[in-house]
Amino acid sequence: MLKVNGIKKTFSPGTVNEKRAIKEITFHLEPSDFMTVIGGNGAGKSTMLNAIAGIFKVDTGSIIINGSDVTKLPEYKRAIHIGRVFQDTRMGTASDMTIEENMAMALRRGKSRGLRKGITKAERNLFRERLEILDLGLENRMTAKTGLLSGGQRQALTLLMATMTKPELLLLDEHTAALDPKTAKKVLELTNQIITEDKLTALMITHNMQDAIRLGNRLMMLHKGRVLINLQTEEKKNLKVADLLKMFEKASGTGMTNDKMLLS
Amino acid sequence: MTLISMASFLSAISQGLLWSILAIGVYITYRVLDFADLTTEGSFPLGAAIAAQCIVNGGNPFTATILSFVVGLLAGFVTGILHTKLKIPGLLAGILVMTGLYSINLRVMGGKANLPLLKQTTIVTSVVEFFSTEANTFSTANAVMMVGVISVAVVIFLLWLMFSTEFGFALRATGDNPRMISALGVNTDIMIILGLMISNGLISLSGGLIAQYNGYADVGMGVGTIVIGLASVIIGEVLLGRKGMAWCLASVVVGSILYRIIIAFVLANKLQPTDLKLFSSIVLVICLSLPAVKEWYRDFTNRRNHKTEVKEG
Repeated sequence: MLKVNGIKKTFSPGTVNEKRAIKEITFHLEPSDFMTVIGGNGAGKSTMLNAIAGIFKVDTGSIIINGSDVTKLPEYKRAIHIGRVFQDTRMGTASDMTIEENMAMALRRGKSRGLRKGITKAERNLFRERLEILDLGLENRMTAKTGLLSGGQRQALTLLMATMTKPELLLLDEHTAALDPKTAKKVLELTNQIITEDKLTALMITHNMQDAIRLGNRLMMLHKGRVLINLQTEEKKNLKVADLLKMFEKASGTGMTNDKMLLS
Repeated sequence: MTLISMASFLSAISQGLLWSILAIGVYITYRVLDFADLTTEGSFPLGAAIAAQCIVNGGNPFTATILSFVVGLLAGFVTGILHTKLKIPGLLAGILVMTGLYSINLRVMGGKANLPLLKQTTIVTSVVEFFSTEANTFSTANAVMMVGVISVAVVIFLLWLMFSTEFGFALRATGDNPRMISALGVNTDIMIILGLMISNGLISLSGGLIAQYNGYADVGMGVGTIVIGLASVIIGEVLLGRKGMAWCLASVVVGSILYRIIIAFVLANKLQPTDLKLFSSIVLVICLSLPAVKEWYRDFTNRRNHKTEVKEG
């Protein structure tokens, strides 16, 4: 479903600010694989996700989604394949537009925008049904601007918008990191539910090791712009935090010094 | 202090209607696209120049008016290309096109700074002629009012339709959250270009109408138009708030009319027409600074209340 082959990315090459954000990353995902991605700060997690989404072009290597080579396509042309939820809860919706308007735009992800109606009656009914699943009461506030919602509500809505049309690939960039623990848990459970029920292929960055181990069937750890650990379904089945630490020490030759990763 | 006469009050309303098309154009860039577009000051006289030259050459005034809209589209297109494809900052792209248009406008007017429309058939005279009977002449004031009402109604209706389409949604989202709409598959560059085109088309159309109302096109008539447009947008917002799209467009028209009434009022009170640009700027400064002033006031009263509490405690 997703093939990332030897991608590399250096920002500001040849200057004092030169940063080799991705040294080399290769991995493949099968259809309905759900991979969690962990790694310390500066490991290249977000950069990798942005590279797949097409925010910038990679220097070398290729990215293939469901058989089509998207390496050279701009972000807006990759949208037909990819659903996304960002870390910043303000990023996923147009805050001055209503809930239903935002959902209508998400329903047309990857399609050309013509002079047809921006939102139809049938679509409104569909949106109401989908919002009821969230159980946040948003189905009664469909004409409210999304800027008025709480961060958790917005994130749940963005998740719904990203998955409404069953994307070939779902990218989640620490989408619960900005929420309070209780809301974060709820959004995470919802994420897991949608991905499993709809059999979506997904990549989820997280800072929480427990979540990374508990959720999904695949796990990848990045370190300094390279893949350090890439676990297949069988290898991940009975994985414990202690196992992961051992693997990290063995692979990197150093101990896990990032307390934040252990404690969270 | 003198109040204004009924005649100049009504005249202010019709002028406000004609100018409101400019203000709606400014609204599309400033509010919808979040782009301060100075092309306005070049595309407004461009529309006036094109319409005037077309009429002077015996063209149909309605065709001339449509033509002023079309050339405005082109002006917006150039600014859009400079900004999105050549990566020139928005403000500078607008200034460059505005400056270039000054020369173009002079060329359109045949090298003259002023092109009078005396005794020519304009939209206004056409309407007067159409409604006049042998017994009764339709007044110019009524004709201007009629042209204003109809053109504003058509513009608002078409824009309202446009903003409720898929394209309209994408246009609004481009100004609101470009990263989000880009992730949903919209090429934001194209949206910005189209938005600038529609905006400048309307501004230029407004210029074409104002030239026919004034009876001349002048190369300098664009100076200060961005401030007039912004003042209309902000006055409308301060008074009527920001609810749905149709409401916002209507509030811009109200703002524009109110602005003209204020102008008529200060002119009746011994201010010179040459003082108007300063006055426009001051009005806009007051409107734009209202939120900040409100905040200072709130801080000030909070602190005072706090002090009294401390004393009492």
